[in-house]
Amino acid sequence: MTGALLTHPWSLWTIVIPLAAACLSFLFPRRAPLPGIITALTVPLFVATAVYQLLQAGPHTQVLGGWHAPLGITLRTDGPALILLLTSGLVGLTVSLYALGYFTTTDQQERRQQRFFWPLWLLLWGACNALFLSGDLFNLYVTLELVTLSSIALAALNGSSAALDGAMRYLLASLLGSLSYLLGVALIYGAYSTVDLALLGHIVHADDLSRAALALMTVGLLVKTALFPLHFWLPPAHASAPAPVSALLSGLVVKAPLLILFRLWFEVFPATATAGITHLLGILGCGAIIWGSLMALRQQRLKLLVAYSTVAQIGYFFLLFPLARGEAAATAWAGVLFLVLAHGCGKAAMFLVTGTITRVAGHDRLSDLAGAGGMLGARLLVFALAAVTLVGLPPSSGFIAKWLMINAAIVTGQWWYLAVIALGTLLASGYVLRVLSLAFIESQAPALPAAPRILRWPPLALAIVALLLGLASFHPVVLSLVDAPISGIILLEMVR
Amino acid sequence: MSLPLIYGAAGVALFFLGAYALFAYAHLLRKILAANIMGSGVFMVFIAMAGRTPGAPDPVPHAMVLTGIVVTVAFTSVALALAVRIARASGRAHLPEREEEP
Amino acid sequence: MSWREALPVLIVLSSLVPGLIIFTLPEDRRRLRTFLNMTGAVLKLSLVALLFPFVYMGQSFVFRLPLLPGMDLVLHADALSLLFIVLSAFLWLVTTIYAVGYLEGSPHRSRFFGFFSLCVSSTTGIALAGDLISFIIFYEMLTISTYPLVVHRGTPEALRAGRIYLAYTLSGGILLLVATAWLRVIAGDLAFVATGILSVLDPSLYPSLTIIFLMLILGLGVKAALVPLHGWLPVAMVAPAPVSALLHAVAVVKAGAFGIMRVVYDVYGIEFAAELDLLRPLALIAALTVIYASIRALFQDDLKRRLAFSTISQVSYIALGIAVAGPLATVGGLVHLVHQGMMKITLFFCAGNLAETLGIHKVSEMNGVGRRLPWTMAAFTVGALGMIGLPPLAGFISKWYLVLGSLEAGQNWVIVVLMLSTLLNAAYFLPIVYRIWFAAPPSSWPRNQARVGGREVSLLLLLPPLATGLLVILLGLLADAPFSPLQWVQIITAREHVP
Repeated sequence: MTGALLTHPWSLWTIVIPLAAACLSFLFPRRAPLPGIITALTVPLFVATAVYQLLQAGPHTQVLGGWHAPLGITLRTDGPALILLLTSGLVGLTVSLYALGYFTTTDQQERRQQRFFWPLWLLLWGACNALFLSGDLFNLYVTLELVTLSSIALAALNGSSAALDGAMRYLLASLLGSLSYLLGVALIYGAYSTVDLALLGHIVHADDLSRAALALMTVGLLVKTALFPLHFWLPPAHASAPAPVSALLSGLVVKAPLLILFRLWFEVFPATATAGITHLLGILGCGAIIWGSLMALRQQRLKLLVAYSTVAQIGYFFLLFPLARGEAAATAWAGVLFLVLAHGCGKAAMFLVTGTITRVAGHDRLSDLAGAGGMLGARLLVFALAAVTLVGLPPSSGFIAKWLMINAAIVTGQWWYLAVIALGTLLASGYVLRVLSLAFIESQAPALPAAPRILRWPPLALAIVALLLGLASFHPVVLSLVDAPISGIILLEMVR
Repeated sequence: MSLPLIYGAAGVALFFLGAYALFAYAHLLRKILAANIMGSGVFMVFIAMAGRTPGAPDPVPHAMVLTGIVVTVAFTSVALALAVRIARASGRAHLPEREEEP
Repeated sequence: MSWREALPVLIVLSSLVPGLIIFTLPEDRRRLRTFLNMTGAVLKLSLVALLFPFVYMGQSFVFRLPLLPGMDLVLHADALSLLFIVLSAFLWLVTTIYAVGYLEGSPHRSRFFGFFSLCVSSTTGIALAGDLISFIIFYEMLTISTYPLVVHRGTPEALRAGRIYLAYTLSGGILLLVATAWLRVIAGDLAFVATGILSVLDPSLYPSLTIIFLMLILGLGVKAALVPLHGWLPVAMVAPAPVSALLHAVAVVKAGAFGIMRVVYDVYGIEFAAELDLLRPLALIAALTVIYASIRALFQDDLKRRLAFSTISQVSYIALGIAVAGPLATVGGLVHLVHQGMMKITLFFCAGNLAETLGIHKVSEMNGVGRRLPWTMAAFTVGALGMIGLPPLAGFISKWYLVLGSLEAGQNWVIVVLMLSTLLNAAYFLPIVYRIWFAAPPSSWPRNQARVGGREVSLLLLLPPLATGLLVILLGLLADAPFSPLQWVQIITAREHVP
């Protein structure tokens, strides 16, 4: 029994189940939520089993159809993949539960949205999981396109003019990004005759072709991750989508191209990467943090504030590139991957509670949202709870992640990134405070109707999980380094 | 110059031409066409790579191109559907000016 | 988990769990809420009492939760933590009783008491933190849990005060975070060990250690209200009286002072800090704060603001005692943590009673109040005289040891500062005492609540200041008794100085 527990490819089920459920949801629109909920409840279990398997038996590779590399598709279950699977599991479960209550079946419009939400969301989930597990460049392309396509459709779901425009911009930007990436893949294949990540890691060397390929792929992925200054498509798309979709877009979808970038830079192209380019990415990251936070401070609508907050947080992820050098590599890697988990949960919770607030108050204009006590005040407090993780205050997981990044910055002597992290934290506190203070103002408006429990509890639970992950950070951090392209000691000391 | 190199260079040129057109033109249909041209450019590079070895062409890039074509068709159809919807909903065939202001 | 590991966690949880439950209670469940509060407070006090004899005998209670490979969350009950935690546990009990009475009938009580409990849990965590990293984790949690208390009333002034409070404390927190991270990289494990851990480091690191010390003191000094980082405290007076009492006697300000204690005694070590010449600047800033804040207090008509500046001044006595290295000064500074807490909370309770019962907020309105609120004003008088340093009250004891310590350390200028401060204290407290008892009352008070069943104020609002006032007297009179704070502090001091 234990043998089967340790040898069965549990992680594969996280791809198969959502895809199968997506087909079922599409074929039976009246019962569309049912396959969704079953998936939402079972996939996290499989993720947990896969985590257990990894910690006991180590990473493993699954070859599809018996075709080995360089021809076949390999799926690799290693530490970073599982961290991302964990993120998708937690976010997916919460968003699915929330979506059950969000698309009420009274409105004709809402029913149509519900009919299409479930197959698209399940397709997105399966594609994301497949991407996290992929082991070669081309499969990464295909799964990335699946993810993008389903998120575009989801972004356009409510059919409003703003949503359609946002989705179109997203589509065109994505297309540009993925074709750039694909061109890089073509060049790599031409030079090295394989697209398998592990194999490429051994044979790629620093020549002009490889540099060109890396540049093309990086630029393409930067557009898809919405790194400043290529972030223009993100705020409109995330802000005009329905709340569960925004939660998915910010909490999950932006992480997919990010993982590809991390794998590319640290696994395939470490020989090609130069200090100058890593600093360029770091500087763009700093720009994202500062610009995104400043824009968030100026927003009048809650959803746009949260969307610009995502732009800022994405900048933190890109600090991995300059910080992961020398001895601090493992610290920076563990910190940023843990930040991915923390941010995914916190941001998803934030968007979900924003959706509840918009539902209850009927709008999301900050100037009219005051409400101490009652429904609105309590929701705003949940927003603040999710924000604790994003700002990086103890004892949340965001704090532990920031601690690791600060440690890496100090050890490598890169004090300016330290200053940017500190500034980013203060700016984030600023825009969170704008929303939080609304929770305490007495509102003269009549009491608002209560939102149903299913719209209240999932975001609260996810925010609490994100918070408590800070206290349970030991295993996820260790997990992120299993079979990672980086090795070393976490938390360095230079004690003499 | 070898044949693969010519095709490859042409493919890259198409890619950048399409990228320029994607930014330069405002009309949605032109943008979608531009994206398609970019895609075709990339596929040409793949095909060129298939012929880099002497003898029979390498089948793997062909398989990749086929997959890529399927993906591009899917994207194009979604893009066209979105463009039609936008035209119906707002009466224009281009995206509104980007505002960063709230 | 053995009971030695469990006890520190239970002490933290004894206020955390009731707090979390209280958040979910609807407004009208008064009895349940009060029951939860009181149970938590009594439980905490009992557990701390349990801890007492073992720590006295030198045994340790340690709880570790691994956060990262090489970094744990550590809860460690040693002599210094016991000093702080007994104070905060007892004063939480007293303040809870007071708050129940004070907030009778006001809105959002569940929210208030929920955050109140979170605040005390964070303070407990600060007291029990076993290393610098755990300390700053709980320190930041204190910031987050006190903001909702400051803005509780929801008025524009309250929100503004909250913004200023957060701006100060979060900036200080970032400074602390960076300094701690840097120190950890240089020095490794930052567990609190009596007489410090940094003296073994290579001398080439001394410049970095000096900068780190400066950053730590700046970060801690925000909450400890050292000038010029004190700006948030007078503004935060807009919060309800129980909050001011808690913030200024127990939680926030004392946490800052406690942090400075930990850094100087258990991280750097007092002899090492003196060697690096770090204590002189600290002494200067503390002295400056003492004088400046006392002068500002003279010109305040608003009672709570006058008390706020008095707090700023008095807490710097603690910093002064720490900075004047030497056993007697250390004793004076440490014991003032307890004594000042007791005196200040008495004064704030009385201020709250004045505001609640008679609508009095200003000193100029306090003429002849002694006739209307005799018991409350008696407690106020005791507190005020104690602040001035009149024997045999508690305040005199701490001042006495500070003076002796300055003599012993050869820092005679500190004695001048202390004398000047005593004069200023008298200058801003004695007129109030005179007004209370000897001035003629006005024809009517701004608000006149009917006497509650023959008493001047309700029992819930009367007993706390009487209890703490009595303790102010007893702490002074019985300072030589076994297990008095003074005796305890002498034990701590013996352990902190290298023999």
